[in-house]
Amino acid sequence: MKIAVLSGKGGTGKTFISVNMAAAKGKARYIDCDVEEPNGYLFFKPQEVFSREVTVKIPIVDESMCDGCRICIDFCKFNALALIGNKIRVFEEICHSCGGCLLVCPQKAIREKEKVIGRVEQGLSEGVQVVTGILNIGEASGVPIIDYISNIQWDPMELTFIDCPPGSECIVMESIKDADYCILVAEPTLFGVHNLNMVCELVNLFNKPYGVVINKYLDDQNPAEEFCFEKGIDIIGRIPFDKELGAMNSEGFIVARESDKYRQIFLNLINNVVQGVHHEAAINSQR
Amino acid sequence: MKIAIPVNDKSMDKGVCPSFGRAPYFLVYDTETKKGDFIDNGAASSQGGAGIKAAQLIVDNGADALITPRCGENAASVIKTGQVRIYRSIEGSIQENIYALQDGRLSVLDEIQAGFHNHGGR
Repeated sequence: MKIAVLSGKGGTGKTFISVNMAAAKGKARYIDCDVEEPNGYLFFKPQEVFSREVTVKIPIVDESMCDGCRICIDFCKFNALALIGNKIRVFEEICHSCGGCLLVCPQKAIREKEKVIGRVEQGLSEGVQVVTGILNIGEASGVPIIDYISNIQWDPMELTFIDCPPGSECIVMESIKDADYCILVAEPTLFGVHNLNMVCELVNLFNKPYGVVINKYLDDQNPAEEFCFEKGIDIIGRIPFDKELGAMNSEGFIVARESDKYRQIFLNLINNVVQGVHHEAAINSQR
Repeated sequence: MKIAIPVNDKSMDKGVCPSFGRAPYFLVYDTETKKGDFIDNGAASSQGGAGIKAAQLIVDNGADALITPRCGENAASVIKTGQVRIYRSIEGSIQENIYALQDGRLSVLDEIQAGFHNHGGR
């Protein structure tokens, strides 16, 4: 079962929750898809790390064969090509590696080269397999890295936790597309609700079963909780606003490994998710 | 000399468009015939890479000079390779900018923006 952890805004606790759920489970896979600033490994401190390069394909034009017909330029939706003084210029950081220019070139003047945009690291932290997507600085999109991770033939694992990038854009969609369940992490603030609403729309669009975890939970007025009640969204967990927990997390400790009290919070969360998925499966089989 | 200017309106009395790549039109003005054509900027609605496509349009129209308030680095590289000089626009109408260029009162635009490329999406 694959569980994606996402949120509209950064800093709500996606990494905190996904790292601790994986650690509480004991034997699990944790995938950090926040490729621009992956930080789950800082908690897990994985051992036996090995790395694989991720490349994309970029067109190169053979000038001796190009007759400047511009068909490739007109075809490119992203405007990654320009013809200046009878030479095609490729803007590598604009190119989306679709390969279309190769297909349309009547002179067959375009080939592709590999360009490294980042890497995927893999290591072990106690029973947790830690997978980290890393995008090189200056690259426009981390989507190919997520795509690369999802195409790896992973060994079967009962639970995989996908730590998503913040927001609701393409790379988040890529990260949740294989998920069986989505956990939306929310903050009890008005700003948090605005972003929660956006990710709710996203997971609805993808037809994923989901539930909300309210992090930094306080007993007073709670806009995120009110929002969930209003919309009839399941709240599958409330993590208390707890200074001790915050302090441990900020020191890079995995709280679920440090105390049974905290471990229990995340075990309960896993139970709620598993029930949610089974419930969804039961409803779907009745349809 | 042919001068290209990004514009919001098809009027010589209006000002220069603050955006280069996403300007709805370009004026291409010929100083010899004193005639100008307003051309549609097909790049304005591009998902990404608008500056490159707009720059291609400027080069294709045989402009010798571009007057613009700003220009991204990709667009600038196309324009410069196409032997088009880039001048910084001043306050006032398109007509006033053309006069200013002819009188040698416009400075060369040397600040090139890094651009906003990671928002195009994949």
